[in-house]
Amino acid sequence: MDSFINPYYIDIIVFLFIYIILGLGLNLITGYAGQVSLGHAAFYGIGAYTSAILTVKFGVNTWLAIFLAIVITFILSAILGLPSLRVSEDFLAITTLGLGLIIQSIFKNAEITGGAYGLDMIPAPSLFGLEIIDLSYLGLVLVMLLLAIFIMKRMTQSRIGRAWMTIHEDETVAQSMGINTTYYKVLAFAIGGAFAGAAGALFAHKVSYISADSFGFTLSATILSMVVLGGLGKIRGTILGVSLLYLLPELFRVFDIQLFDMKYLDLYKMMLYGMIMVLVMRYRPKGIFGNTSLKKRKKNRSSAKKKELRDGEIIA
Amino acid sequence: MRSLLKIEGITKIFGGLTAVNDVSLTANQGEIIGLIGPNGAGKTTFFNILTGIYKPNAGRILFEDQLISGMKPFQIANQGFSRTFQNIRLLKEKSVLENVQVGMFRKTKAGLWASILALSSVKKEEQETIRKSLEILSLVGLDGMDEEISGSLSYGNQRRVEIARALVSEPKLLLLDEPTAGMNAEEVEEMSALIRKINANGTTVILIEHNVAMVVDLCDRLAVLDHGVKIADANPDEVIANPAVIEAYIGKDQVEEVSSFVEN
Ligand SMILES: Nc1ncnc2c1ncn2[C@@H]1O[C@H](COP(=O)(O)OP(=O)(O)O)[C@@H](O)[C@H]1O
Ligand SMILES: [Mg+2]
Repeated sequence: MDSFINPYYIDIIVFLFIYIILGLGLNLITGYAGQVSLGHAAFYGIGAYTSAILTVKFGVNTWLAIFLAIVITFILSAILGLPSLRVSEDFLAITTLGLGLIIQSIFKNAEITGGAYGLDMIPAPSLFGLEIIDLSYLGLVLVMLLLAIFIMKRMTQSRIGRAWMTIHEDETVAQSMGINTTYYKVLAFAIGGAFAGAAGALFAHKVSYISADSFGFTLSATILSMVVLGGLGKIRGTILGVSLLYLLPELFRVFDIQLFDMKYLDLYKMMLYGMIMVLVMRYRPKGIFGNTSLKKRKKNRSSAKKKELRDGEIIA
Repeated sequence: MRSLLKIEGITKIFGGLTAVNDVSLTANQGEIIGLIGPNGAGKTTFFNILTGIYKPNAGRILFEDQLISGMKPFQIANQGFSRTFQNIRLLKEKSVLENVQVGMFRKTKAGLWASILALSSVKKEEQETIRKSLEILSLVGLDGMDEEISGSLSYGNQRRVEIARALVSEPKLLLLDEPTAGMNAEEVEEMSALIRKINANGTTVILIEHNVAMVVDLCDRLAVLDHGVKIADANPDEVIANPAVIEAYIGKDQVEEVSSFVEN
């Protein structure tokens, strides 16, 4: 079965899905709750290292390790989100950037994280004695992605989502409506971080070897540009933005387009991302989805809600 | 009459400026109180102290005999305070309905897990939120406007959305900061009628207003602030009959307006 499909393509999709989960977490923190984070890769790293350490060093069951990685990133992200309560928006960018760098240097220097070498032999999960790899790993990641999208949808359309949206727009108004802004900001960091933690754990058990280099500022900036491109505060935007920016460079590789030296692909990627960020900010600050389509969708949604309500009344 | 709100000697100093100076005021259950005074008198600052946005340098505030000065703004809101803002503060890119739904926040309970699992209690609560929001929108005269993007509405209608957002949580006390600013005479009339209707439902109202004729007609009591000091606090006829108040604090050009109003 596996041999039908080039495993390289499967890997591309697995990493794409992992990136979307990571992006959704950042979109929750920055897009919905309005708290800028330039250290999102740190949460990703915490998830990856937690799951890796638990399985490699303590022999914990892989599934349990992934679960614990999510719980632990949830807690640590809440703590690391505390600065958001004290500092203004510009300082929050710098603070999260700094925290990200500190955490990366802990990964690089601590003994338990394997220091500069990193951690090796991270096991794949298994189900009924079967190792989950390649195509079945794609299945696992897909399930996690769908779950992440589902949770995002439910949260953002609830009163909690409205609380985040109000905090994003105007904290004074939020407080005046009885919204405990402290609690909801920390909650956004915790949940957004937990998403990143899940993505990190999935990454670790996919590649089986991790080192601190994978969790640096470059990744934080990349994910942020993907989320901004798709549009802050939009689930579809994140899916689209991450897919576009992640797949575009891969296409060059897959179709072997010799436009430039592949050795420098990563460099070109960063240039491309940087350029897109600037262009989006200049011409489409609300992301490539723009405003009109948003308005239309919103209308549809609220009419649907009203219809539901009327029907409900008839029944009752 | 039962006193709902007791403000005792509050003072707020910004740098060298005493914006509110030792002001006391009592609001009784069911009253409409007008707060007037020239620009910069400290009226908005007074509201910001009541709602906990600013901490007073001195004084204390009791709401239903409970000390609320020192509480966070969201905690004060949860006591049953609602307010509007002088410079309309809506979520401009969101629909009218969404804005009003935000006002229902403190009346709803759904937690994170319940929301993710969409428990039936949550669905019911959301339906109730929408039902209530639409009902209030119709009360303030915005029937059928719920899907409009609030930033695209006229100035007067945006004020109505703000009032709807404040009202939907059935507050005990409603604070309105210049609700008729920028409205024409007809709209002012409608706003007066709306405030009466709200008050008739048992809501105590304090409003900051520049339209003297309107507050004289509408309010049970008027308090006058000037340079942060309360210089009068009585029934409207008494306040506008006070020549010192009119001349010194409402402004010369409005003296004629008021006296012509009194004559008519
Ligand atoms: N946050 C603030 N910082 C400094 N000064 C302020 C602040 N808010 C209000 N003031 C000053 O306090 C005074 C009263 O302002 P305000 O309460 O807005 O008056 P009003 O609403 O009666 O027109 C003004 O002189 C204003 O400049
Ligand atoms: Mg004012």
